[in-house]
Amino acid sequence: MRLSVILLPLLIMSAVAAAELPKPSPPRGDGAQCVEPTDVMRRDHMRFLMHQRDETMHRGIRTKKHSLVECLNCHTQKDEQGRFVSINAPGQFCQECHAYSGVKMDCFECHATTPRQPTPGSARSRDHLLGDVFTPLQFMR
Amino acid sequence: MPSSNQNSQINESRRKWVGGAGAAAAVLTLAPGVRLLELAAARSEEEPVSGKVRWGMLVDTTKCAQGCTECVDACNDEHGLIGMGRPLTDAQYIRKLDLKDKLTGKTYSLPVMCQHCETPPCVDVCPTGASFRRADGIVLVDKHICIGCRYCMMACPYKARSFVHEDLTNQVPETPRGKGTVESCNFCVHRVDRDRDPACVEACAQAGHKALVFGDLNDASSAVSQQMAELPSRQIREDLGLNTGVRYHGV
Repeated sequence: MRLSVILLPLLIMSAVAAAELPKPSPPRGDGAQCVEPTDVMRRDHMRFLMHQRDETMHRGIRTKKHSLVECLNCHTQKDEQGRFVSINAPGQFCQECHAYSGVKMDCFECHATTPRQPTPGSARSRDHLLGDVFTPLQFMR
Repeated sequence: MPSSNQNSQINESRRKWVGGAGAAAAVLTLAPGVRLLELAAARSEEEPVSGKVRWGMLVDTTKCAQGCTECVDACNDEHGLIGMGRPLTDAQYIRKLDLKDKLTGKTYSLPVMCQHCETPPCVDVCPTGASFRRADGIVLVDKHICIGCRYCMMACPYKARSFVHEDLTNQVPETPRGKGTVESCNFCVHRVDRDRDPACVEACAQAGHKALVFGDLNDASSAVSQQMAELPSRQIREDLGLNTGVRYHGV
């Protein structure tokens, strides 16, 4: 009896909290099924990525199954202009759940957040980099 | 009395001779028809890289056109290298050099990039193991491990490496790049792993110069090996004995 007196308000509070914080609903990827069952992916995607990262970096294995690039290829959305939206933007596939669970991703400090698309301002001309670094004497020594 | 430099050269050639003799003996003792060193076949996707292959490049400076920057532009496009307007620190994987022999007035134009040494000084000095040489001879930075100390940049005799100083966005999928890590030419490893030539080689051929030849140095039938057998070639700073994967003809 005393237990229920303590538990009941807690239950009600948690129900209220749950009502206020909607469950994340990340946009669906292309295709019917991800590379692993959904519950496995939810729990273990970071382990797959970490494993694949070393396989690719050090052993040159570029299988597509657990590749981060392939995640992007299926899971990035396009905006009205037909341009890809960053996968870590609010509401997008990665960020939707990571915001909900309060887990920060480091992947995209270096990795691309969209499949390759022409970027405005990607410089073709880099004449300023053509300065000499070697002198001929050093070079021919 | 020989200088220490001469000494090391003597030892090196001796070591090579001894090693070569050992390998020859190993081949001889095998049963007829069984070869110790199999020629590298095209690698399947699941198969790791192996030391059977050594990737390398020959730069024919007699074909390299002065003022042409096709290789540099292609590299920047391929890897998404965008200048920050700071030439001293902007990332460059490959750069063009114009050299002039003061005595004769002859000018040379050539690209310089990571030379993919067999014994890379950048790997020697790396405190974390981020700078490493892949089994097939490509020297890379594992940016997951790189702490940005830049010892490798100091150690590299070719000034091949760059450091990322700024927060970056819009990287390309094949070349992750981020602030606080060192980077350099990776022979377009993502292409090489899929049996394609590096972007600079492709661009040079498309521009009609064909000054860059890429391939497996261990495979005598590859284009690069055949060219190297035909043309005299040199390493930059060959005195360092690094056995570079990039060789130059005509300098």
